[in-house]
Amino acid sequence: MSDYLVDIKHEKLSFFTPVGEVKALNDVSIQMKEGEVLGIVGESGSGKSVTAYSLMGLTADNGKIVDGEVNFNGHRVDLMTEKEIRKIRGKEISIIFQDPMTSLNPVYTIGNQIEEAVRVHGDKTKEEARQRPRELLTLVGINEPDKRLKQYPHELSGGMRQRVMIAIALACEPKLLIADEPTTALDVTIQAQILELMNDLRRKLKMGIILITHDLGVVASMCDHIAVMYAGEIVEYGTTDDIFYEPKHEYTKGLLKSIPKFQEKEYSRLVPIEGTPVDLLNPPKGCGFAPRCDSCMKICLERKPEKMIINADGTFEDMPDETEYNGKHYSRCWLQKKEQFELQDNAKGES
Amino acid sequence: MSEKLLEIEGLKQYFPVAGTKNVVKAVDDVSFYINKGETFGLVGESGCGKTTTGRSILRLIEPTDGRIVYDGKVLFDGEKKIKADMMPYRRKMQIVFQDPYASLDPRMTVGDIVGEAIDIHHLCGSKKERYDRIIGLLEKVGLNSEHANRYPHEFSGGQRQRVGIARALAVDPEFIVCDEPVSALDVSIQAQVVNMFEDLQKELGLTYLFIAHDLSVVNHISDRIGVMYLGHLVEMAESEELIFHSAHPYTRSLISAVPVADPKTARASKRIILEGDVPSPVNPPSGCAFRTRCPYADELCSEKIPGFEEISKGHFCACHHRDRAQNGSKVSE
Repeated sequence: MSDYLVDIKHEKLSFFTPVGEVKALNDVSIQMKEGEVLGIVGESGSGKSVTAYSLMGLTADNGKIVDGEVNFNGHRVDLMTEKEIRKIRGKEISIIFQDPMTSLNPVYTIGNQIEEAVRVHGDKTKEEARQRPRELLTLVGINEPDKRLKQYPHELSGGMRQRVMIAIALACEPKLLIADEPTTALDVTIQAQILELMNDLRRKLKMGIILITHDLGVVASMCDHIAVMYAGEIVEYGTTDDIFYEPKHEYTKGLLKSIPKFQEKEYSRLVPIEGTPVDLLNPPKGCGFAPRCDSCMKICLERKPEKMIINADGTFEDMPDETEYNGKHYSRCWLQKKEQFELQDNAKGES
Repeated sequence: MSEKLLEIEGLKQYFPVAGTKNVVKAVDDVSFYINKGETFGLVGESGCGKTTTGRSILRLIEPTDGRIVYDGKVLFDGEKKIKADMMPYRRKMQIVFQDPYASLDPRMTVGDIVGEAIDIHHLCGSKKERYDRIIGLLEKVGLNSEHANRYPHEFSGGQRQRVGIARALAVDPEFIVCDEPVSALDVSIQAQVVNMFEDLQKELGLTYLFIAHDLSVVNHISDRIGVMYLGHLVEMAESEELIFHSAHPYTRSLISAVPVADPKTARASKRIILEGDVPSPVNPPSGCAFRTRCPYADELCSEKIPGFEEISKGHFCACHHRDRAQNGSKVSE
């Protein structure tokens, strides 16, 4: 029995479309403890949302988990029926979406929509269920909750709607909250408010958060661990400091270089990652990032790199298949293998 | 002293609210200038009127009042009722739109999208010349001749934005309004497009009005920056001056809200978090528009609209309490 809240093992997920099989996830493994904040970073189409949605059983109809295990809080989510999943969805795990405008129902009041989430899981009396929306709105920092409960989504601003979404997600005090680009549609000043709120709530309620985003600035301030995804694989994983100060994978390095340095007096030209993301319908044989990588070697085009653990002293070792890697720093890149050989050669030469 | 290419004075853009006598003052008394060959950045939250300002300058929406002077010629003057014929200026002033998905006609090939402006302005005599020119433009923005016969849906977001830029360049403009050209793109692609804007500027001597809500991108590309709030320009200065010596409390909070991609700085820095939302432009607050969210607001702010004053050379700010704001919490350097 694993003591992880989330334990995804070698998940492979494909979408079967009329033009062929799209391999959206290719051997994704994630371990996450209770109360931890994990950031998943990547470009659109890298599989970050698909990974998180599969935890909730929200994969689209043509998608199927082909291989691997998805464990959440002692449940095998990939084996559960829709009926069973509905029991945990909203109660133990819930989600806030990117666009608060389209994810609220325009014809029900705010109060109604929050109350629905409370009632569906039915362990509260009617009276308690009626009181709960007020408490929740206060919790997420909305002024005049009594007035807001009677309003409809169109009467609220974007930031306010996102707060309502968070209130609904927290209705049953879930153990895990998935936040799918929660601030992308919001202005910077409102984004700062929402991030502050999520940080606050996480401390108060001790829940785990999976934060999906393409903005490295957002993860820097919030996450304990970061998983960088590219072409349906986690290419690098580590603590926030590992990823920002000791990036090992070429894609992570590229991402960090491509953001404009703010508050730096000297002008430096941006370093973009050239080329476009891979087409997952025809994924390359070797490393997914190889076609865009500056340090691409022959082997990169032919074979997929294995995970290599990066030790604190800068040495590398192969990662065994069934290892616990929560908290470790690993990367999937042939360059590390090359470096390891070079280190070994040097050691031999010396002896 | 560099030459002014564009001068805007007291630009106003009011929209009537259907069914009432109210007006939305989307842009209210905005004045600034842009020098030849420079990039002027315009930042602000959604609904602050930055896009409307860009469109009014090109007279894609007719301004309510104000004066627009381009290269010494008056394009629009509300007081003297001057409305110049825009056709010759359309060749000189172009725009790149925000949404690369919505701004390209899905039923036209990329070649025709780029070629349309060439046809309208009769820039090419023969079909061969037209074709060569289109290919030349596509290559300039990093696409190639194969792409000319394809349709917009066959392209990724970054490539579509390149098509939009090629279209703007088709008539050899001097001035381009870039309306949030990178906000819809992924970070890695965003850097490609920003670099391209910079290269084109160097190569063709272009002048940009760069509109965006992301202060870090605007800071990167602009020589001078204007900050808008609820239809007003609240602060304007050279980029470095604005980032390190900002005077307006709104600018200061905007700067502190930019997520820093550096965990140590992010943990250490204290954010100035603004309370509440932007007020509705239908009933803007009396006096200073920012006072409802401002930590320094007092009675004076609700009574009197602060003037847009020059506080140091080239640095303008509209705030009664800018001294207190400037001496308040320092932005981490």
